[in-house]
Amino acid sequence: MDSAISELPSRTPLAASADTGLKIVIVGGFGVGKTTLVKSVSEIRPLNTEEVMTQAGIGVDEPAGLTKTTTTVAFDFGRISLNDRMVLYLFGAPGQERFWFLWDGLFSGTLGAVVLVDTRRMSDSWYAVDRLEHHRTPFVVAVNRFDGDHASFSLEEIRQALALPDHVPLIECDARVRSSGKQVLISLVDHLRELARAREMTP
Amino acid sequence: MTRRPVDLGDPDRLYTVTGGRSRADDEKFDLVTLVVSECRPSPGMQSEHVRILELCERPIAVVEISAELRLPVTVVRILLGDLLSTGRITARHPRAGRSLVDLPDSSLLEEVLLGLRNL
Ligand SMILES: Nc1nc2c(ncn2[C@@H]2O[C@H](COP(=O)(O)OP(=O)(O)OP(=O)(O)O)[C@@H](O)[C@H]2O)c(=O)[nH]1
Ligand SMILES: [Mg+2]
Repeated sequence: MDSAISELPSRTPLAASADTGLKIVIVGGFGVGKTTLVKSVSEIRPLNTEEVMTQAGIGVDEPAGLTKTTTTVAFDFGRISLNDRMVLYLFGAPGQERFWFLWDGLFSGTLGAVVLVDTRRMSDSWYAVDRLEHHRTPFVVAVNRFDGDHASFSLEEIRQALALPDHVPLIECDARVRSSGKQVLISLVDHLRELARAREMTP
Repeated sequence: MTRRPVDLGDPDRLYTVTGGRSRADDEKFDLVTLVVSECRPSPGMQSEHVRILELCERPIAVVEISAELRLPVTVVRILLGDLLSTGRITARHPRAGRSLVDLPDSSLLEEVLLGLRNL
């Protein structure tokens, strides 16, 4: 695994009363700023690990019928202690196609997702948006404005380019800035709360 | 931090660590299940078990144990299963839902929001 652990000044343990782990997943194309966002809001230096997923498949050549293939998914994560009991884990996850087979196994139970977008490579986000809708995972889209990008596309143009429904929040951010990353998370949880409230109002 | 290429580590080592088992049998540990040790390591314990018991003197998530031990989450789950079945750790499992239909209720989300705003 990664050597980041040895660079940590010391492990900061959770409160003894911590009992509720929560998760939010940050997805997006290569180099879009996922790790940067996790790092800017995390209380620990982002750590890195991997999960080996076993997929059962029907083997063509195997009379027994069942073969198993394993796929290794690496991801990084950070942590935010919300209060004495609740701890939010942020996962920076790869956006490639092969990863989405594993979404349920890896990130089931996630509160929601942030799709990070780089306007220079907008099509990298299509797949993530499509899959999140398919998995019915609530999400917001955050445009990581790299330097000099402000002139290029308006949020409305980006919404159209991503074919993003009106109900999906779309915001701008600078993944390097803590207050901006924090605002992205707040937008997501605010959105989730509205969804939960709407559901609670329907008998 | 960059993503590293696929690397399962030394298969022999993983085999040794888990005693040859490839899956966690009993309880399913989520990535964010918080684990707490209920005893101190005892002499003769497998070194990975010792490390885990040390790490979880205070609550710690499964995924953090995995990163600290530099072992895949799958392997950590097996090791945790050993410790759980012998009562050496307890597990505080998460609750949130897996899709829009089982979103947590708005009061939990309100608490999350408050926590984020206070950062
Ligand atoms: N100028 C500028 N650079 C940024 C911004 N966000 C990220 N970067 C840089 O872009 C590069 C990629 O950022 P990462 O956070 O590693 O991106 P990632 O999505 O985790 O990348 P992968 O995990 O490789 O897919 C890094 O060199 C960052 O410093 C930003 O808002 N502005
Ligand atoms: Mg990254």
